[in-house]
Amino acid sequence: MRGLIKYTWTEMKLFLREPMGAFFTLAFPLMMLFLFGSIYGNEPSAIFNGYGTVDISVPAYTAMIIGTTGILNLTITMATYREKGILRRLRITPVRPQVILIAQVVVMFLMTLAGVLLLVLAGKLVYDLRFDGNALSVALGFTLGSLSFFSLGFVLASVMPNARTAQVVGMVIFYPMLFLSGAGMPLEILPEGVGKISTYLPLTHVVTLLRGLWTGEVWSQHMTEVWVLLGVLLAGVLISAKTFRWES
Amino acid sequence: MNTIVQVEGLSKTYGKTKAVDQVSFEVQEGEIFGMVGPNGAGKTTTIECIEGLRQADQGRVRVLGLDPFKQERQLRPLLGIQLQQAHLPDNLKVWEALDLYASFYEQTLDWEELLAGLGLADKRETAFRKLSGGQQQRLFIALALINDPRVVFLDELTTGLDPHARHAIWDLVGGVRERGKTVFLTTHYMEEAEHLCDRVAILDAGRIVALDTPANLIAGLGISERVIFRVSGDWNPAGLENHPRVERVEVEGDKRVVYGKSNGSPNPVPIVTEVVNILTAGGVPFSDLRTEQPDLEDVFLSFTGKRLQEERSA
Repeated sequence: MRGLIKYTWTEMKLFLREPMGAFFTLAFPLMMLFLFGSIYGNEPSAIFNGYGTVDISVPAYTAMIIGTTGILNLTITMATYREKGILRRLRITPVRPQVILIAQVVVMFLMTLAGVLLLVLAGKLVYDLRFDGNALSVALGFTLGSLSFFSLGFVLASVMPNARTAQVVGMVIFYPMLFLSGAGMPLEILPEGVGKISTYLPLTHVVTLLRGLWTGEVWSQHMTEVWVLLGVLLAGVLISAKTFRWES
Repeated sequence: MNTIVQVEGLSKTYGKTKAVDQVSFEVQEGEIFGMVGPNGAGKTTTIECIEGLRQADQGRVRVLGLDPFKQERQLRPLLGIQLQQAHLPDNLKVWEALDLYASFYEQTLDWEELLAGLGLADKRETAFRKLSGGQQQRLFIALALINDPRVVFLDELTTGLDPHARHAIWDLVGGVRERGKTVFLTTHYMEEAEHLCDRVAILDAGRIVALDTPANLIAGLGISERVIFRVSGDWNPAGLENHPRVERVEVEGDKRVVYGKSNGSPNPVPIVTEVVNILTAGGVPFSDLRTEQPDLEDVFLSFTGKRLQEERSA
């Protein structure tokens, strides 16, 4: 337990010392918020069922942060640790592999949460962000989305031959998905064809679930998203448990 | 004396290559046991089978009476390992690494003292990536010692270090033994093995070709010392060649190499003294005189027919 706490704390410090990781998780979503906020403001709009751009962007950007930490940060960290022999050095201590994985999940979760809290705070202060949901429901949806994306990240890290490939593949998956899923910009303003593709992207389901719960919709309206994300989570955990490797 | 490491008939094959072939030996408590040989001789495969990182195809390995592959969990707290290739996160500071790794063990040494002992006290706040090769190596040695292990494994511990850093690390390893630890190391520097090890196993192409103390290995060769010097002019070495302890004299241009033995008991006179006496008595102008003692390098050559130095640069 002492090892887990110290290891998690150490990983947290390392995350914050990596400028790219901290930037895309904490600063970039705020930049997006202020950029689109300054263009569109947060006036109620018919396209968004009476919500403003910022109101629906905050849950969407939450999905974006989940995608960043899961598909990029976690994947690159784990693949780098394996390739460089950092995992190998850990292996020859009594520390259990679960401790290493749990610490990563905790750090990525807390960093994602920090990014979201900054967004909510900025939205509230600057754009009078509207929230009609149940805080507990949103927290649950956020946790489900995060965990399923983290499990995807572990799978990617395990199957990629090295850190460089993991980074490239992570970006190739993440960036198109960011814009095709409605996480980067609302699907309502994108062409209809995009909507059809988006159904097949796991991140779309995080966006839909979080936007729904944020605006006060109930779980029964989002069972598709819940099942998809639970499925991704289960598959991810099983595959990454099978494919985990200490060294490349 | 307790047997700490026991290896019987260890074999490991990768594809068609027999990396380790029927290797057997034992390491006793409190000794520094070295495994030497060129790259690819099977040293790392052997040490990794003993550390529980690889599973042998055949043979029996016991460390402190435990099977390192099947009883890895019980063994981990008792072993200290410095890997040939390992890394820490780039931005991890020296003190954080020690603090973190200490938290993985029930019993640990005071890592502040360890740091001071390894000459890293002033690098406490330095990130891993900013350490020099020698400093990184010393940090890995500190991590290997942090749990006060009973057995310490050091795989190629001074490879890539400059001579100064190498000698500093040799002193450290000597200190580890003085604390009653058993040390198992691999190296391809014969000088390192000769300097550090109580016993040395010479490995070539996956097999142990010789195993004894460095002194016995060298004495067993019956190899001569060499006295090397330069002479000016045409000088007939007959006076030297007729000396009873001189075996032969080689002539290469103005260079002369005298082969002979010093062991003239009961009053041992080094062969070099005899040579200098003869040269001085004959009024021969000589220069650049030096002697070469047989060393483990010669042992390696005699057992394998290869020079380790050439192997290394190949």
